[in-house]
Amino acid sequence: MSLNDSINNPSPPPIIAARSLTMVYPGEVRALSDLTVDVEPGIVGLVGANGAGKSTMIKVLLGLLRPTGGQVSVLGLDPAVSADEVRARVGYMPEHDCLPPDMIAAEFVTHMARMSGLPRTVARERASETLRHVGLYEERYRQIGGYSTGMKQRVKLAQALVHDPDLLLLDEPTNGLDPAGREAMLAMVERIGNEFGISVVVCSHLLGEVERICDSLVAIEAGRLLRADRIESMTAGLDVLAIEVAEGTEELARALADRGLPVRREDRALLVPLADEDVYDVILGTVADLDLPLHRLDQRRHRVAELFASKFASEEAVDVVA
Amino acid sequence: MSLPESVIHDIGYQRYDGPRLGRGYAARSLFVHGLRVAFGLGRSAKAKIFPWTVIGLIGIIAVIMAVIKSQGEEVDYQDIPQIASVLALVFLAVVAPELVSRDLRNHLLPLYFSRPIHRADYALAKLGSLISASWLLLAGPLTLVFAAGAFGTGDVWAELAGLFKGYAVAAFYAVIFSTLAVLIASITSRRAFAAAAIAAVFLVTLPVAGVLISLEHDPVSYLAPIGSPMMLPEGIREWVFGTGEVNVGQFGPLYGAAGVLLPATCVLLLLLRYRKVSL
Repeated sequence: MSLNDSINNPSPPPIIAARSLTMVYPGEVRALSDLTVDVEPGIVGLVGANGAGKSTMIKVLLGLLRPTGGQVSVLGLDPAVSADEVRARVGYMPEHDCLPPDMIAAEFVTHMARMSGLPRTVARERASETLRHVGLYEERYRQIGGYSTGMKQRVKLAQALVHDPDLLLLDEPTNGLDPAGREAMLAMVERIGNEFGISVVVCSHLLGEVERICDSLVAIEAGRLLRADRIESMTAGLDVLAIEVAEGTEELARALADRGLPVRREDRALLVPLADEDVYDVILGTVADLDLPLHRLDQRRHRVAELFASKFASEEAVDVVA
Repeated sequence: MSLPESVIHDIGYQRYDGPRLGRGYAARSLFVHGLRVAFGLGRSAKAKIFPWTVIGLIGIIAVIMAVIKSQGEEVDYQDIPQIASVLALVFLAVVAPELVSRDLRNHLLPLYFSRPIHRADYALAKLGSLISASWLLLAGPLTLVFAAGAFGTGDVWAELAGLFKGYAVAAFYAVIFSTLAVLIASITSRRAFAAAAIAAVFLVTLPVAGVLISLEHDPVSYLAPIGSPMMLPEGIREWVFGTGEVNVGQFGPLYGAAGVLLPATCVLLLLLRYRKVSL
């Protein structure tokens, strides 16, 4: 189940490692069930439907819940044993509203920085800077109660980021935002992961939203692991080339089929699976031989959602886990 | 993670390598924050109106006492906390919900408990803020009266001893009032409910104890003040200094025990409350 190693970085230690992690609430409610997964540094999407166990997973990672079975380590530490050390190095943005409306944003974030152990003056400086990084400038001296939902989400993100954590846990960060706000939030998360160098776990029930910014994905359903892998390996070998010619589409389809390529029609385009780089040459050669006016030749990325859709449809989740 | 190329774009964000002061510091910071909230410091003008009105009224009492004292009349420092106790109760009924119910209502606890601070630290820091705030409220006028009288009379040391006894009585009030008030406020996230509940617990028990005292029946009228948190501190004062406003008969030690057990029980229940609080 371990994620592929990248070439530059032979084997970075996982930021999160779960072994048979199980969480059963009183009343036999099974929120996590025998979950084993390694998460590499980077931006990780934790996806699943509402109630799949995402929030429970986060609470276990923070040491707020003690798992009923299995082990988990966060940044190499066991949150059930070294909760303080884990929490000092992790930032958490809850899903729900969690801001005092009558406090000034800059003061609130400063206060939270001190709760994370930052000395007074450092707390104030970093609060200002962090609010700036999430896009709140002059507004940061206003009371939070007067903020829009988008601005509140930014403050929530800022309080999670203010103590410069090594790992950021974001629970549904785009909740309640309009499309522009969602884009801005995702761009910010991407920046935090790629530019700030902080690993991020983004929980979402919207796969299409997080797959664009994530390096890897962990999909859970009913507390079980559905799949965990790097985005590239999920989509590898599944890309298709779309070819459009002004005329002679039938002719081209036959010619490509003759050369051993499996061709599909889709409206005016022909779709050919991109098995390897040679496919390009074969197609271009064929088009040239037939002397057809080529309109379009581009690579169409498979959306990860489609993979999951087929997984969900194909069989029970158990097969995938096994 | 940070590849050399990415650092070039990363001119804005600075990583933090400095000290992380941990749990004790966080708890102390929360205590100071709570103390400031209690007096509306660092908050809007609206939030300052109420605490400073109460302080103003208690200040007036203090000025009157100081004037009486300067006329050569005897003023017992230990009387002042009782005179100011109703104002202190009003202060607590507003400030205790401000400190704890508001955090519940705004769902702030997940933010605290995902940080190094522990649940018990949080509860004790909030309680500490309230005890300190109410003690300052009661001890302030004592200090004022002392400052006004100390230069006039000859025996500064006797005055000082009286002042410190007065501080001790203020502490009896502060501890008993605050532990009870924080516990009640921690149960509900609605500030108005919490304020009403605090006022009710203190004020409903007061006339009941008053009626029982007026019976002038031997054990009953001596024991009745234990049942009223408004009178209990006076009973303890009577037992410790023999100057209290209530008659405790031979049951003095019982008042001492109640003065320890009531706050201890409240603290225990408060800790349990925060252990069980849902996030």
